[in-house]
Amino acid sequence: MPFFRRLLASEWFVAAIIVAFIAGVAPFATGMLTERNALNVLSNLWPLLIVVVGQTFVLVIAGIDLAQTAVINVTNTFAAMLVAQSLPEELWQESVLWGSVIGPEGGPLADGGAGGATLAMVIAVTLGAIIGAGNGLAVAKLGMPPFMVTLGTLLLFNAIAIWMTRSENVSSLPNEYVAVGQAQIWGPITVPMIIAVVIAVGAHFVLSRSTFGSWIYAAGSNPQAAIISGVPYTRVVVSAYMISAALATVGGILYSTRLEGGRPTLADGFLLDIIGAAVIGGVSLFGGKGSVLGAVFGAIFFVVLANGLNLLNLPFTVVFMIKGIVIILAALLDVARTKLLGDSR
Amino acid sequence: MTIPRLELKNISHSFYGVPVNKDISFDLYPGEVLGLIGENGAGKSTLMNIVAGVINPLSGERVLDGSPYEPSSPADARHAGVSFVHQELNLFSQLSVADNLFLTNYPRRGGIFTDKAQARRHAFEALALMDLPFQPQTVVEDLSPGERQMLEICKATIGGPKLMILDEPTTSLTSRETSRLFDLIRKLTEAGTSIIYVSHILEDVKSICDRIAIMRDGTLVDVRVAESVPTSELITLMVGRPLDHLFPERAQSPGTMAVLEVKNLSATGLIDSVDLTVTEGEVVGVFGLMGAGRTELARVISGLETATEGEVHLAGKDITHMTTRDRIAQGLSFVTEDRRGEGLFMDYSVVTNVALPSLKRWATNALAPLRRRVMREAVSASTSELKLAANNIDRAPVRNLSGGNQQKVVLAKWLLTGPKVLILDEPTRGVDVGAQFEVYRTTLDSADAGAAVLVISSELPELLGICNRIVVMRLGRVVQVFDREEFDARLILGAAFGESQSGESV
Repeated sequence: MPFFRRLLASEWFVAAIIVAFIAGVAPFATGMLTERNALNVLSNLWPLLIVVVGQTFVLVIAGIDLAQTAVINVTNTFAAMLVAQSLPEELWQESVLWGSVIGPEGGPLADGGAGGATLAMVIAVTLGAIIGAGNGLAVAKLGMPPFMVTLGTLLLFNAIAIWMTRSENVSSLPNEYVAVGQAQIWGPITVPMIIAVVIAVGAHFVLSRSTFGSWIYAAGSNPQAAIISGVPYTRVVVSAYMISAALATVGGILYSTRLEGGRPTLADGFLLDIIGAAVIGGVSLFGGKGSVLGAVFGAIFFVVLANGLNLLNLPFTVVFMIKGIVIILAALLDVARTKLLGDSR
Repeated sequence: MTIPRLELKNISHSFYGVPVNKDISFDLYPGEVLGLIGENGAGKSTLMNIVAGVINPLSGERVLDGSPYEPSSPADARHAGVSFVHQELNLFSQLSVADNLFLTNYPRRGGIFTDKAQARRHAFEALALMDLPFQPQTVVEDLSPGERQMLEICKATIGGPKLMILDEPTTSLTSRETSRLFDLIRKLTEAGTSIIYVSHILEDVKSICDRIAIMRDGTLVDVRVAESVPTSELITLMVGRPLDHLFPERAQSPGTMAVLEVKNLSATGLIDSVDLTVTEGEVVGVFGLMGAGRTELARVISGLETATEGEVHLAGKDITHMTTRDRIAQGLSFVTEDRRGEGLFMDYSVVTNVALPSLKRWATNALAPLRRRVMREAVSASTSELKLAANNIDRAPVRNLSGGNQQKVVLAKWLLTGPKVLILDEPTRGVDVGAQFEVYRTTLDSADAGAAVLVISSELPELLGICNRIVVMRLGRVVQVFDREEFDARLILGAAFGESQSGESV
């Protein structure tokens, strides 16, 4: 019994579920265990993992960032517009950016090569971080509820993404830009994998080993005690939202480059995958608890789940029902864990 | 021969292999009041949780009125006639008094609809029995803390329990409410209810109880007849050693250099033109009634409330406009009175809690890895200095520690910052006698090390015991200052109540 309790409360519980799920579904899902499918699963995993790690920072400070998908929608299209090689006038002349930032010759960084592509991404991440800072300031300085603030920015920036693009996808991206999402280095090792692993490992060390990490947990566990103990509360909360939005942008660029286009509705519908993955991984919605390792397992679980259900050829209505049930179970698990820890006297 | 109301036979229990109740047996007769005393962590709460069905003991037998009693839940125990008034309140503040009283057993009409009128009538009777001055329809959030406590007790009396457990019932009661509670206890015992009364206030226990059970380290040390046992003996039994000195001796006398200077400090509605200087090595007590502005003064000094006028200087530096964080960096430490809400991170370990304000000592910047081994050693040195009793300072959440040990964690956390100014707000509230001594000792030690110490307390004896000076506050202002040679409990209390030195009321 103590063993089971400890397992339930640890990140490895999710790892066990993933293995059990694969073992249970593989016999019925043809092609699940092939190399091709494994590569496919991995390429779906890396962007989600980065976004979930960002969300983890906000959940640990007892917040929630619903705006991550809107940030993805705005930044991936904006970055794509900066590097686009050509933008057909008949589609784009209605856009507010026509004539100033973009024109028939594409964006201002269209001929920038690798440097231009990098600069576009840096600009996008900065833009994302600014939006995150706005969320963070509203929560920390004005004391607004994070759910409402980020729900507002979610709607606002989704609309801005569509308004900016007139609902058109940005295609004709330069190869240097697209390479970020696709380039293979050696065997299964790709550029997105390296980016995701570096971010996850870095985030893990920051959260679990650094002063900033201790501040994050303290701010999420008991804000008043944190302030009294000298934790720079506002700075910590704003940083968490900035990290969340910046990592959402990075993940969004990986999605968009893989699809070779900037899309104003790219991340619509991802929100529950992101938060579901974090919570399944043991990041508590009540704040103060959770780890990057757990969030990584949660992301793997969601990607494997979606892939398995897809290979079973289930109708998409059933897939959504199952995802819904999984998220409810994850919330239940969160409560059960909190109770377990509360009871362990 | 009367059958005992409650018999406990060889009750033992442990948490994760750590025994907390060892082979406890006693009995309690109808209409009897049994006091239960012991230091924090002695195992009183666990034992009471076993009696009230919150915990099932690992071994031992419980007998109620001669028949086996094995409640599987508090509701089960309640059904059997055992009610438990916890130290923390369990009221719904948005609901009315009547709704709270009948939450689990609401009067019904036709078995379906709630019968509000009947609930109000029953509530009225229950309140009248206790002589409580509020109405059934009053919303709980409008009640004072003392009235809420009385309501909680009232709730437990409904249905005429056979056995009622009161855990520290008087902490938030005024003296008038306390005597009303004692009247109620007498009424209940006359009707045959047995009562177990858990408290740290030994005078109360002696006056209201028939017998007193003393626990120490999980064992029942003795059960004595309340009338004939002297208080000093009770203390000796609780701590297992005679306490010759309740207050430790000072090694040094204070210096002359002013470390904390408060000049004409005001904050609208909180404090008014306060002047106060604390020198190096000096311990200054702040006394006053509830609402006199003592806690508020500490919160303005530490930057948690904004000053509207005046200045605060720390070691000659003006800190009036600094954030709390910057004041801590300047050497200010503030141990708040709300240990659970503001002092501790209940789910985190001792190490995490103690290290938090001092983290910059173990890392070059906020993102650099902390040197955790050095950090752990520093924390461990600080907590063993305070004689903290904790099984696992790296893992176990501080939630599991007793009140006295939790307070030691908060103290260790601030002592580790090496404070120049140490402010303690009610440092011994809810802390047992043994831990109290440690709190006083470390307070005086840090003064001896050169800190300026400000102690806020409602316990006048402890201020008289450890302070060099006592400042009396009333209505947000400092009304009088007493030097150690002039200490006189009568005069200090008088000042707090608004008597001027000539004896007239201010």
